[in-house]
Amino acid sequence: MRHFFILLKHELRMLFISPPTYIAAVLFLSLMGFLYWAILRGMVNTPSEVLPTVQFFSIFWIPVFFVVPLLTMRSIAGERSIGTLDTLMTTPTSRVAVVLSKFAGAYLFYMLLWVLTIGFPFLTQKLYPHAAESGALLELAPLAGSFLFLATSGLLFISIGIFASSVTRSQLVAGMLTFTTLFVVIIGGQQMGNLADAGGQLSSWVVATVNYLQIFEHLDDFSRGIIDTRPFFYYASTTFLLLGLSTLVIEAKA
Amino acid sequence: MEITPSIRVKDLTRQYGALTAIHKVNFTVNPGEVVGFLGPNGAGKSTTMRILSGIMSATSGSAWVGGICVAQNPHEVKRKIGYMPENNPLPDDMRVVEYLRFRARLKEVPGRKIRATVLEAMEICDLARTARRKIIGTLSKGFRQRVGIADALLGDPEVIIMDEPTIGLDPHQIQGIRKLIDNLRGKHTVILSSHILPEIERSCDRVIIINRGRIVAAGTSTELREEFLPGNRFSLSMEGDASQVIPQLAAKGFEATILESTPLAENRAKLSLRIENDGELGPQLIEALSNQSTFTLHSLAPREPNLEEIFLAATKRSWEETIETKPKITT
Repeated sequence: MRHFFILLKHELRMLFISPPTYIAAVLFLSLMGFLYWAILRGMVNTPSEVLPTVQFFSIFWIPVFFVVPLLTMRSIAGERSIGTLDTLMTTPTSRVAVVLSKFAGAYLFYMLLWVLTIGFPFLTQKLYPHAAESGALLELAPLAGSFLFLATSGLLFISIGIFASSVTRSQLVAGMLTFTTLFVVIIGGQQMGNLADAGGQLSSWVVATVNYLQIFEHLDDFSRGIIDTRPFFYYASTTFLLLGLSTLVIEAKA
Repeated sequence: MEITPSIRVKDLTRQYGALTAIHKVNFTVNPGEVVGFLGPNGAGKSTTMRILSGIMSATSGSAWVGGICVAQNPHEVKRKIGYMPENNPLPDDMRVVEYLRFRARLKEVPGRKIRATVLEAMEICDLARTARRKIIGTLSKGFRQRVGIADALLGDPEVIIMDEPTIGLDPHQIQGIRKLIDNLRGKHTVILSSHILPEIERSCDRVIIINRGRIVAAGTSTELREEFLPGNRFSLSMEGDASQVIPQLAAKGFEATILESTPLAENRAKLSLRIENDGELGPQLIEALSNQSTFTLHSLAPREPNLEEIFLAATKRSWEETIETKPKITT
C-alpha cells in the first residue's frame, strides 16, 4: 500500500510536468466548451424536453474516444519501451501496486478534466443569469447523477486503456487498441440495443443482457436519478477483470 | 563457521520457446567479491542477471541471494539487490535528485534517512556537486551511467548487479567507474557484465566466462590463464631468417612453437613463441638466441596472455564441445 502511494504521487507529478497532459486538457476543454455552447444555442432555437446538462453529458463519448487513449497509452507501454518498467520491477514493489497506481493516476486526471467542465454552467450563469435559470443549468440532481455516471463508467474506460497499454510496448498500438475497444464497448452496446429492438421475438434474457451492456442507457438512468446497482456491478467487475489481467500480463511479459 | 554465499546458482535454465538462453548454469559468489561476467552478445549474461534480480523467472533450477531463494521469495530478494539494467533506462524528464529520492522511497529507505542516503549515493558517484539538480534527459552518457549506479547503491544493498556499466563511456569515465567499483569492493558483493575485457580483468576478483548459455570457465584470471593457455609465452622481434629460430632453440633444449609471425619492414619480423619448459626462461632464452649468425635478436619480452585470448580460447572450446554433443541431443 505504501508503494502504491509513492507510485501514485510519482505518477501525478509526471502527469503535471509533461506537456502532453496540458495539450489533452486544452483540447478537451475547448471541444467541450464548444459543444456546450452549441447545445445552448440549439436550445434557443428549438425547445427540447431534455435538460441541457443531460444533453451535454450524453455526448461524453466524444472526448472519451480521444482523451482516454491519450492518457493511458503512455502509462505502461511507454515505461516498457524505455525500460523503466524493469527498474521498477527490481524494487520491492508489487505488480498490483504498479498497475493500480497507473490506473489511479490516469483516472484522477480524467475525472479532474470532467470536474473542470462544471465551470461552463457557472460561467453561463455569471454572464447570462436569466438564461441559466430558465434552462435549469445548475440543477443539482442531473449534474450529480451525470457525474456519478462519469465516475463509474470512467473506471471501465481507463482500465481498458491500462490493459491495452500493458499488452504492448508500442504506445501507438496501445492507443489504437484502446480506441477500438472503447468504440466497441460504447457504440457496439448501442448497436446491439438497436438490433434487440428490431428483433421483437428475442427471448427476454437476451434483451436483459443487451440492456445490461448499454452504456447510454446507464447514463439516461443516472441523469434521471435512477441509481441502479447493476451498472455499478458491470463497471466494477470489468474494471477488476481488466486490471487483474494487466497485472498478470506485466508479470508474464517481464 | 560457514559463510552464506551472497549468490548461489544451481542448474539454472531459462528457455525462450525453443531457444535455450542459459543451460544448467552453476556458480557461487562470496560476500564482498567483485565478479565479472564475460561473454559474447547473446551468451546469456543479461538473462542470468535478470533472473537473479527477480525480474524474470527461470524455467528450471534455483538461485539464492543472501541465502534466500529468488523463486520463493522474490520480494525479500529485491530488498537485498541493487540492479542496474542494460542500457540504464532512466526517465528523461525528472531531476537527478528527485529521481533518486523516488527510487530510495521505493526501496523502502526510511523517510528520515532518504535525504542522507541519496546524498551519500550521489557523493560516491560524484553527482552531488555537478549534476544534482540537472534534468536527466540533458545529461551526458557518463553522467546517466553514474545516476544508474547511484540508484543501484541506494538502500545499501548486499548485492549490486550491473549489466554493462561501462558501455558507451570514454576512457576517463571508464576509469572513474573502475575506481567506483574498487570502492565497493569488500563492502558489497558486485556482479558486473561486460564485453570490454581489460575492464573486467582490472576490476574483478573473479571472472565467469559464459558462452551460448553455458559457463565455459570460471576463476581468477591467473587460473584461467593456466587452464586455457598453458606454457610460457614470449614475443620477440628480430632481424634475419625467422625460420632459424625454432631449430636454434631446439638445439639448446627448448621446446618451442611459433604462434604468430608478423613480418616487419627491412627483413625484420615479430614472433610470438610458446615455450613448454618451466623455470626462469628469460635469461636462458636471451643467451640461446644471442650471437647468432643467421639472425639478430632485437627484443624479447614475456607475454602474459590477456583476458581476450583466454576468452577466445574458452569460447572456441565451448563451441567445439557443443557442436560435438549436438547429434547426441537430437537423436
